[in-house]
Amino acid sequence: MDFNFTEEQEMVRDGLSRLVREQYDWDTRRGAVESDAGWRPEIWAQLAELGILGMPFSEEDGGFGGGAVDAMIVMEEFGKGLVVEPFLPTVVCAGGFLKHAGTDAQKEEHIGGIVDGSRVYAFAYAEPRGRYDLADLQTTAKKDGDGYVLNGHKAVVVGAPWASHLVVTARTSGEHRDRDGVSVFVVANDAKGVVRRDYPTVDGRRASEVYFENVSVPADALIGEEGGALPLVERVADEAVAALCAEACGAMKVAHAMTVDYSRQRKQFGVPIGKFQVLQHRMVDMFTEYEQSVSMTYLATLKLDAPEKERKRTASAAKVRIGQAARFVGQEAIQIHGGMGMTDELAIGSYFKRLTILNAEFGDVDHHMKRHIALA
Amino acid sequence: MNLEFTAEELAFRDEVRSFIEENYPKHLGDAGMREDMSPEDMVAWHKILGEKGWSVPSWPEQHGGTNWTPTQRYIWLEENARVNAFMPLPFGVSMVGPVIYTFGSEEQKERHLPGIRSGDVWWCQGYSEPGAGSDLASLKTTAVRDGDHYVINGQKTWTTLAQYADWGFFLCRTDPDAAKPQEGISFILIDMKTPGVEVRPIKLIDGGYEVNETWLTDVRVPVENLVGEENKGWTYAKFLLAHERSGIAGVARSKRAVEKLREIAGKELLDGEPLIEDLDFARKVSQLEIDLAALEITELRTLAGEQAGKGPGPESSILKIKGTEIQQRLTELTLEAVGNYGAPMYGQIDDAGSNQYPIGPEYAQHSAATYFNMRKTSIYGGSNEIQRNIITKMILGL
Repeated sequence: MDFNFTEEQEMVRDGLSRLVREQYDWDTRRGAVESDAGWRPEIWAQLAELGILGMPFSEEDGGFGGGAVDAMIVMEEFGKGLVVEPFLPTVVCAGGFLKHAGTDAQKEEHIGGIVDGSRVYAFAYAEPRGRYDLADLQTTAKKDGDGYVLNGHKAVVVGAPWASHLVVTARTSGEHRDRDGVSVFVVANDAKGVVRRDYPTVDGRRASEVYFENVSVPADALIGEEGGALPLVERVADEAVAALCAEACGAMKVAHAMTVDYSRQRKQFGVPIGKFQVLQHRMVDMFTEYEQSVSMTYLATLKLDAPEKERKRTASAAKVRIGQAARFVGQEAIQIHGGMGMTDELAIGSYFKRLTILNAEFGDVDHHMKRHIALA
Repeated sequence: MNLEFTAEELAFRDEVRSFIEENYPKHLGDAGMREDMSPEDMVAWHKILGEKGWSVPSWPEQHGGTNWTPTQRYIWLEENARVNAFMPLPFGVSMVGPVIYTFGSEEQKERHLPGIRSGDVWWCQGYSEPGAGSDLASLKTTAVRDGDHYVINGQKTWTTLAQYADWGFFLCRTDPDAAKPQEGISFILIDMKTPGVEVRPIKLIDGGYEVNETWLTDVRVPVENLVGEENKGWTYAKFLLAHERSGIAGVARSKRAVEKLREIAGKELLDGEPLIEDLDFARKVSQLEIDLAALEITELRTLAGEQAGKGPGPESSILKIKGTEIQQRLTELTLEAVGNYGAPMYGQIDDAGSNQYPIGPEYAQHSAATYFNMRKTSIYGGSNEIQRNIITKMILGL
């Protein structure tokens, strides 16, 4: 049993924490989120320079030999600052596919670009009618000579407006919702036939509806096994879930601290509202929910390499616990801030919004509760 | 005791239903659910009802009320909710109107009640201040007598829709030396066009601008705009809040929203089946319906008590707590139902390409914004913590 971080990990956390503090203050973030681009490529370049983008890759893959715990540390710090840059889709998702199933040539091509910051990825997995089922795919990839032709529509692809490449799940065979017949492809975002409709999201990020209209890709666009990639997709999704849980922990920690702080300053009836026992107890409950979430995030992260069933069940348990906690912490943070919490002027509203939306990403509480039951 | 409608009540329902069918402005559509109403749209139905004589049903008959029984009023709200009508705003009809006809002078009644009835005059409520929210009695806006005027200075906040208002009713401190903070407050009507009144919209977390900061700088208001007695404003303010609470439950609207939620969950799929057939989700919708049924009868009991001459008392706090919790839960489940399509910020997406490349189903639009917006309901009108304090004190006697 060891819940300590290594010296290197502590250094990384300190560096990131400083970056978020110095360059991600509230007004600066808002400016970036509301700008035309919606993100800051210069922050991305700094993350590359600090080695953050290469952390979870092994040294032979061109990374710095870290793993899931390192990704967790990064995501937690990002959650504290509501960082919008696409670490999750690029490093965790695209990086995950390449790490687990990429050929040497694919790793060389893609991981190098991730590590040096020159390539940005989005993960196009959800579909309009598929809810959270990773196998519910109507996007098709048909064999065509040496390569494939993709057709379909992907929903709410986070980070797609910023991406140089898309990782896409598609059917090479079978009916939608079949476990067999799922394949994974990497597609250049500017490939002929890729049509995007970009938009901002309510939690300060950018996403797209992505339509594939007879998009031709070469044979080496396929990552992993043709038609047998669902287990791989599920594994990467569990890694994304663990990373999201870490982000939620960071956001909850700050939301809670802001709320306690506000309750000390805000006076009504001649005393700080933090003196009212009913609010004190609610803030204690927020804190408890946060601590429980941290524990579940550790557990899910440390079980990512466990046998499939155990990994899945733990990831689902974490997503359930964090979804419930994020809802409670977010709602109470607004309530205790009162009217001020409803204004766009204070940061707390944005923490609440992020905590709301991440609940649905990669499956909401009900979805993961069902999966947890099914794997009992 | 019975819950059945009598033949007369059924006839009344038919009359109301056909009136709404013939007169409710079709272009408003599902206005009760929309987040993007123009000010003209917000008063359209009010003006039509004013002409019909149905805009202020709960007022005494001599002031234009309809003398409907509680059951008739219930039917009225239900029928409006059926088409999701955007009801007359409460600031004139259920807040300042009753204060004026109960405590105001004859001159004030003649001057102000007709415009409230007709919907021609838009009112806003100047109660809260940056330092006085839950602790409303600590308000600092001052009104100093100067000949036949009051000179008013201070800052109000959360002034809902003040950017469109013609008049506002404001709580101001007229006696800074009163023994208790509640004792030095007066209830004053202010023409929003008076020099020195400045309204600044506040952007909320849903991206909208429904509330404002209202700054009052040397605003000169004729003394005849004082309602009732000087320094007795707190009494009128409390009277108004109890009225506000009984209307705040929003039962009829919530019932319509449950239907809408069922529709959405019937269209969304989970494992290829309608989401509403999923036991986990169905259970949550049913729980909501059960809570709503209980609230509805509780509200009817309160209304019946009012009819018997008991004004809305502290039990109206129950309506406020449960009503707002249900409204919040409804919007939360709606957001949950739409899954991934809760995330897009629909208010900031241009429509170019909307036909060719739509973003999610239409019913998903604004689901997140509405959920965010409804967090306000447990904060405004006396936060739900304050409501619980009222019940603690007034009913439990602790």
